Amino acid sequence: MATDHLSNYLDDIRAALTVVVTPVIVAADLPNRTVTGLTEIFTTRDTMRRRISELDNELLLLRAKTEKMASLTAENNRLRDLLGSAAKLQDNVLVAELIGVDPDPERHEVVIDKGSVSGAFVGQPVLDAEGLLGQVIEVGPYISRVLLISDVAHSVPVQVVRSNLRLIAQGTGVTRQLELLHVQDTADIREGDVLVSSGLGNRFPVGYPVGVVNQVVHDPGKPFAKVTATPAAKLERSRHVLLVFTEDDGRSG
Amino acid sequence: MEGVADIRVPGIVVIALTFAVAMVFGVVTLPDSVPPELGYLRPQWVVLVLIYWVIALPHRVGVIVAWSVGLLVDVLQGDLLGQHAIAFMLVAYISESLYQRLRMYTVWQQSIIVFVIVGLSQLINFWIESIAGVAEWSLWYLMPSVVSALLWPFVFLILRYLRRVFNVT
Repeated sequence: MATDHLSNYLDDIRAALTVVVTPVIVAADLPNRTVTGLTEIFTTRDTMRRRISELDNELLLLRAKTEKMASLTAENNRLRDLLGSAAKLQDNVLVAELIGVDPDPERHEVVIDKGSVSGAFVGQPVLDAEGLLGQVIEVGPYISRVLLISDVAHSVPVQVVRSNLRLIAQGTGVTRQLELLHVQDTADIREGDVLVSSGLGNRFPVGYPVGVVNQVVHDPGKPFAKVTATPAAKLERSRHVLLVFTEDDGRSG
Repeated sequence: MEGVADIRVPGIVVIALTFAVAMVFGVVTLPDSVPPELGYLRPQWVVLVLIYWVIALPHRVGVIVAWSVGLLVDVLQGDLLGQHAIAFMLVAYISESLYQRLRMYTVWQQSIIVFVIVGLSQLINFWIESIAGVAEWSLWYLMPSVVSALLWPFVFLILRYLRRVFNVT
């Protein structure tokens, strides 16, 4: 146990054993999957049609936006090139499905259905449609384990969009809450401020939404203000997540 | 047991399957509508199954089986390798030294012993987690042992039925 806690020697054994327990994790997800499948079967044709046309509309809108984005990204990269800056805005993603949740409510970890065979690696950032979800902490051949940003053991470097203030957001163990550490009482931060990942530490890519500040308490007796934020990602709801492959400067490659 | 004796499945398969099912129950995802705090009430299915097999077949299922199952549970739940293994070994050792007495007890008396054994294994898990620095003590840690003890009679009856049907000796 000490070996496992303090070193990486046992990672291979763990990965091998993960293969053995993969069927158990898949089986444990079956009831959930069946219920979702059944609700899909029993939706009426009308509802389906309406949904399809809605999705078509949304697709059209998003396509238009993406086109704009593509040109903006290209322009941005060109400008960055001119400036000699290393960070490029180009991320590839891989869609993964959530297949398990840690049974211990104290720990915010989930299991996803992509592993080293699909190219997942330890430390890889994970997103959902709304924002940053967490990072991969353990990789087996077919499944991997993701630590959510709300776990007490997780911190993420963030930046306030409005004032460019750099901070660190730590999980609190409560799903809908993050805590910002060491915020000066005079810092320019207020409720409703949007936090994005700052990219410091080379772990998370720059600019993905992390959360929204929901409370700022100035206590004259304390050296720092107590600031909490609501995570942008639907930490306890997302079923589909995105694994991010950053094609950047090659430093963290 | 006449009438059911023609089902021939190797005993080891039955034992392995019961452990597998217990593991599935141990990590099965709760629906989103259920508050996550209910997760504290999740019984230690694998410990229950382990206790049953140790009492029923002490010559087949013992500390070594407990260790292997524990390793698998560690990987399954993403804990330190060896954490559940050592807790399960203790469970198996205690049940093995008490099995003659436990067999004499009624199911409800067994439940009380199960409460103590599961509580001990929870305690060991907590110790290791707190040494590794990831746990904070709360009385919720003991809830699984209460729930496990309440569920013991059902687990016991189901497993005994399975053992008799498949003639596991």
